[in-house]
Amino acid sequence: MTYITKPQLHHPGLAPNGLGKTRRDYEGSVSTLCAGCGHDSISAAIIQAAYELDLPPHRVAKLSGIGCSSKTPDYFLGASHGFNTVHGRMPSVLTGANLANRDLIYLGVSGDGDSASIGFGQFAHAIRRGVNMTYIVENNGVYGLTKGQFSATSDKGSKSKKGVVNHDSAIDLVSVALQLGATFVARSFSGDKAQLVPLIKAALSHQGAAFIDCISPCIQFNNHAGSTKSFDYVRDHNEAVNTLDFVVPREAIHVDYEPGTNTLVTQHDGSVLNLHKLAEHYDPTDRISAMAYLAGRQAEGEVVTGLLYVDPRATDLHEGLETVETPLNQLTDAQLIPGSAVLAKLNASLR
Amino acid sequence: MRPLEAVNDFVVKFANVNGSGSASANAMFAKSFLRMGVPVAARNIFPSNIQGLPTWYEVRVTEAGHQGRRGGVDMMVAMNPQTWDRDVAEIEPGGYLFYDSTKPLPPSKFREDITVVGVPLTRMCNEAYSVPRERQLFKNTIYVGALAALLDIEIGVIEQLLAEQFAGKERLIAANVAALHMGADYVKANLAPLGLRARRADKVGDRIYVEGNMAAGLGAVYGGATVCAWYPITPSTSLAEAFTEFCGEYRTDPETGKARYAIVQAEDEIASIGMVVGAGWNGARAFTATSGPGISLMQEFVGLSYFAEIPAVIFDVQRGGPSTGMPTRTQQSDILSAAYASHGDTKHVLLLPQDPGECFEMGALAFDLSDRLQTTIFVMLDLDIGMNEWLTQPFAWDDSRKLDRGKVMTHDELEAGRDFGRYLDVDGDGIPFRTYPGTHPTKGGYFTRGTSRNPYARYSEEGSVYVDNVQRLLRKFETAKGLVPAPIRRDAAKPTRTGVIYYGSTGAAMDEALQVMEAQGRFVNAMRVRGFPFADEVFEFIAAHDQVFVVEQNRDGQLRTLIMNEGGVDPAKLTAVLHYDGTPITARFITGAMGCALSPAAPTPERRQVREAAE
Repeated sequence: MTYITKPQLHHPGLAPNGLGKTRRDYEGSVSTLCAGCGHDSISAAIIQAAYELDLPPHRVAKLSGIGCSSKTPDYFLGASHGFNTVHGRMPSVLTGANLANRDLIYLGVSGDGDSASIGFGQFAHAIRRGVNMTYIVENNGVYGLTKGQFSATSDKGSKSKKGVVNHDSAIDLVSVALQLGATFVARSFSGDKAQLVPLIKAALSHQGAAFIDCISPCIQFNNHAGSTKSFDYVRDHNEAVNTLDFVVPREAIHVDYEPGTNTLVTQHDGSVLNLHKLAEHYDPTDRISAMAYLAGRQAEGEVVTGLLYVDPRATDLHEGLETVETPLNQLTDAQLIPGSAVLAKLNASLR
Repeated sequence: MRPLEAVNDFVVKFANVNGSGSASANAMFAKSFLRMGVPVAARNIFPSNIQGLPTWYEVRVTEAGHQGRRGGVDMMVAMNPQTWDRDVAEIEPGGYLFYDSTKPLPPSKFREDITVVGVPLTRMCNEAYSVPRERQLFKNTIYVGALAALLDIEIGVIEQLLAEQFAGKERLIAANVAALHMGADYVKANLAPLGLRARRADKVGDRIYVEGNMAAGLGAVYGGATVCAWYPITPSTSLAEAFTEFCGEYRTDPETGKARYAIVQAEDEIASIGMVVGAGWNGARAFTATSGPGISLMQEFVGLSYFAEIPAVIFDVQRGGPSTGMPTRTQQSDILSAAYASHGDTKHVLLLPQDPGECFEMGALAFDLSDRLQTTIFVMLDLDIGMNEWLTQPFAWDDSRKLDRGKVMTHDELEAGRDFGRYLDVDGDGIPFRTYPGTHPTKGGYFTRGTSRNPYARYSEEGSVYVDNVQRLLRKFETAKGLVPAPIRRDAAKPTRTGVIYYGSTGAAMDEALQVMEAQGRFVNAMRVRGFPFADEVFEFIAAHDQVFVVEQNRDGQLRTLIMNEGGVDPAKLTAVLHYDGTPITARFITGAMGCALSPAAPTPERRQVREAAE
């Protein structure tokens, strides 16, 4: 991590975004992951999404746990504060950070070991609290950094590189997130940038707990025949329920789909999700039927991707706690300390 | 046997069944002495259970103002048949037994050498009330009335306390006052006053009567804490609850009604400290409250806070360990696990309050120190301070005091081109500058990690870079020495080569023990440590004495170990005096143990563990 910083030279041909920043301004250090790693594609998608959204990089806080996936925040948004926390505990740290300053955009990056094994509890509780965040699990079904052990998202019956067959049931994080009340749930594939970038943009704009399960094959330890998280397997079994066109408030909405095949969903911040339906009758605003659909397709061995669920009226933890609009880390002494007069009164009541 | 006679100097112990509503009646009994200007020291001794198990409440009436437990019982209010035998056995010879005489008991259930005072409480209740719950609750008020008459407590004082307790509920006030008089009238008609008497005095002054947990929760409000993440655990729960209550009252935006704080009951202690670290990283003052098991669970995050240099405050209300241990009993047994929490080479700052007054002061100070030192600050309470009401100095606050946010580089400083190295020691005190996330569009951003890194926060596994960094952390710890509360030294009336070191809730019993020993011609210089890292004075004190007792409430002499380890002190010089049965230490125990060790014939207390009988 941070072995090499990229030179800050800009190619003259790079196009600036609404903030006058180029895509280059959203990059980070040179990745130290294996060449061809799915995680690097996800980093690239995050960079693209932040660039297209005109996000000021320093207004994003990126947090992660431990593992290959959790190293990646070093490789994007170099001007942002980042926090590589401890294994499986990023959700609590992100929650605390969010409580301290509600004005920043929180991006949590985790892996399947980090979120489905050691950190399963924290993942669950951060989701159910409705922390306003984008939570991306870079899901490769394997422990890469310790060289190839199964993770809790490895499918039952799938084979490790060493030929061992997994006999434990898999945790499907998407189903769990839906059950726990995440207000934005998506699944994508690191090899499908066209699908992933708009999903990340929509998630970053979502004002609640947004979860993206991104299948990201491990080319070293989980990209062989018998794996259900390999590039080939996912390409063969990917069933996208929709394609998403993310539209920020200032843009005009163009609908060029056949009538009746697209849905427009307006989020709190005014952004519009223009969804082109691929699966018939799939309604991404209906949580119960989304769960049923997922379970059915999963039983058929399909990997359902796309925006699976969104609640445009999402609320977040701060609304639940009724905190002031001013970030808590910016409150003044006068707003925090009741003073000596209050103590005098309190003392009198304790005699 | 002559019945005991004493004025304003005796111990009354209540034996009750928990869940019977006795707690508020007993507390009112204690408070009635305070209102008469007579200090008390009261202790709850309760089970880890909500209803049905034995619970005791001990009130030491002490015009001399001793705040520790005395040990021994002069009068037992035996309201629990389950514990009758041991309760009766605990009474001092010549003492008094107060009991419900509705049902006759055989003489074998009593003792020859005590005075038995029977009041038919159940019969009186059954005659006066028809609702079972009323019979139960008013029985408590009736016995308070009976005790008032027996001990000469001014009944008007108790009436006033009832009026305050049930303010706005006139019917309840009247009913309770009636029950109070029912008890008092029975005594006046049927019994003679006892040898134990209350007498109005003027020894309470402006002191307040409050629990340490409440004081610490208030300290967190005054310390500017805005984020509290916690997980319920005895005996710390009431600290987080007090913070919640005070915030509701003092931290609600008057215009919008919104909260200037965020309190989250986390899923466990690990998440609690994780949230605290996240909030601290992001520039909010944050804390958690926990006890020993929570400290065990939080170790990894405390190491992260130490190494990545993130402010955090942990209130540890210590209880009996190890494992689940004695959850409702007191000990000082987390000192080592807090001081050296987490794997790798770590050391943490500890604040050691001795009473609720210091819980408030150090509770507030902890947040300044955590921002200044950018690390975890432990405030080490224990159940005895945390969950008992103590007579303590009134809370005070200097309105000109400003919160010390420590070294935070601002947008303007970054803009002006000031060099920012997150782990760069620019002032030689080991403390680097930090930036809050989101400060500047292009400058001051950095990556926080628990891995080793260079002064500019770049990942590095180079040995020399690592060593430089951890050496700087030692420099920072040295800086902490001058910031934590200084030890308080108290010299004996005559020069002596014997010293004693202690801390926290042991202080109350120690104050009294020193007085007792001095009266017996045994002179001991005393030092109360109030913070870790230890100030140089602590080691100078040890060097200046031939023998130094270290008195604390755990089995292994943890404070003694910490002193030896940090100061390279010869173990032979430090004699451990250890009390660890879960009850608060007493002056009787201390004088006994130190007396044995001071007399040449006796073995040292290290080998001979002295325990109090009949706890």
